[in-house]
Amino acid sequence: MHGLINRSIQCFLRDTYGPDAWTKIAVAADLGFDSFEALLTYEAAQTEAVLDAACKHLSKPRDMLLEDLGTYLVSHPNVQSLRRLLRFGGVTFEEFLHSLDELHDRARLAVPGLNMPLLELRDHGATAFTLIVTHEHPGFGHVMVGILRAMADDYGALALLDFQGRKDGVETIAIELLESSFAEGRHFELGERASDPVDAVAG
Amino acid sequence: MTPAPDVRLPKAALARLMPMHLIVSPTGHIRHTGPTLAKLIGDAGLSGARFLEVFELRRPRNVTCVEQLRAVAGTTLNLRMRKPPGTPLKGLAVNLPGGQGMLINLSFGIAAVDAVATFHLTSADFPATDLTVEMLYLVEAKQAVMDESHHLNLRLQSARNAAEEQAFTDTLTGLKNRRAMDDILQHYTACGESFGLMQVDLDYFKDVNDTLGHAAGDHVLQQVARILVEETRASDTIVRAGGDEFVLVFHRLTDPDRLGAIADRVLKRLETPIMFGQDPCRISASIGITVSDDYDPPTADQMLIDADMALYASKKAGRAQHTFVNRSDAAEQDKAASQSPPQA
Repeated sequence: MHGLINRSIQCFLRDTYGPDAWTKIAVAADLGFDSFEALLTYEAAQTEAVLDAACKHLSKPRDMLLEDLGTYLVSHPNVQSLRRLLRFGGVTFEEFLHSLDELHDRARLAVPGLNMPLLELRDHGATAFTLIVTHEHPGFGHVMVGILRAMADDYGALALLDFQGRKDGVETIAIELLESSFAEGRHFELGERASDPVDAVAG
Repeated sequence: MTPAPDVRLPKAALARLMPMHLIVSPTGHIRHTGPTLAKLIGDAGLSGARFLEVFELRRPRNVTCVEQLRAVAGTTLNLRMRKPPGTPLKGLAVNLPGGQGMLINLSFGIAAVDAVATFHLTSADFPATDLTVEMLYLVEAKQAVMDESHHLNLRLQSARNAAEEQAFTDTLTGLKNRRAMDDILQHYTACGESFGLMQVDLDYFKDVNDTLGHAAGDHVLQQVARILVEETRASDTIVRAGGDEFVLVFHRLTDPDRLGAIADRVLKRLETPIMFGQDPCRISASIGITVSDDYDPPTADQMLIDADMALYASKKAGRAQHTFVNRSDAAEQDKAASQSPPQA
């Protein structure tokens, strides 16, 4: 698994539960080091070990942990850059949803070797959508639920999200857009620079 | 197949296709601007200012009137907005049929990153066919990855420094370094191994550096290292302790005659000029020697201090010689020191 993904998990655990919790989880996962490097690649088993150790340490089901990770990725001040990249997708939440189809290729263009899940949005009328998440490792669907929830908030949209399960390597999320401008979204400008370049992508 | 018709577009359609276009009248005045360009030039578009008053044509050069502008239609235009911050633009002009003036389409090109910030543009300001937003996305992603890369390099650099610090070898000469010396002296004193300690300080080395440069200096240090290794046994430890300071540790060798003979052989060889290309480098050395048998118990720090004092005695006496530590004097000093009241 790419270092960016591993480091995202590490930063999520560190920023949410504290450096001590991360240290304990890293030891329990038997990593042999205390920090992932964002630009290196790691064995998938190491990512699994960290997630297992985190769930055990925090007494939290994996689905919830992954969903929280997704929310963290677009809402925590330490990881502004990812939110900005996602906001490039569109001016409205609906446009953003449609831009998810391109996310896999965009990510690959920016970071070759970053194996992001394939995303496909299907419309069922004006306000109902299904997001199809395809990746050889299960769990990205739950991360996407967290990301979508936080992005809806970012756009000021009101949406219902429902993880509908995994089958044959494909995870499905049902999205119902109740109101596209429910609240005032967070400010976003294309041209503003990330305020804190330190730890920009993954903390 | 019927031939495609000549297209006539309503202004609104033109605005959607090319939001950074403008129409310039035959007299050179701006008659209409697309919505994104309107954000850039503001009132100038509404008041019908002259195109060349708002934009400076950088290339092709020497275009100062509308006739000349018409003549460069179809070529790449490099423009700059006259008002600060002088945003650069790329443009393409076509002459409208029937002498109705010109249609000019503009784009930011590589300046898009700054321009988008300067004029608070959003993705709605660019048509879907325009790659500006994709470019901004890539710039943003690249910046994030570069930052990570920068941090990784910093971490690697400090890890490298730490590794070098922990290493036992002097990279220039291949001799042991001070850290290795501390390690081995600690080991010998702890195990009660007897040993001789020789401090060697080069003389006139600075002159070599100053007159022939650091490459010559480095070469001399390497040759000195070779001589020291050749004149000692494999069981001895040769240390480059500092710039031109060397420490030799002789395992289980404390006989003053033999140590003195080694010192003299080393001095003799160091007095022979070392050739750096065509240039002879003349150096010498001063040596101070002490042996662990004279101490009870021997400590590395005291022995190094004593050997250093003996070395300076050699220097004072005219260099190119060795001096043994006189422990009977030193012992009395030790005694005197131990009898004096403890210092705060």
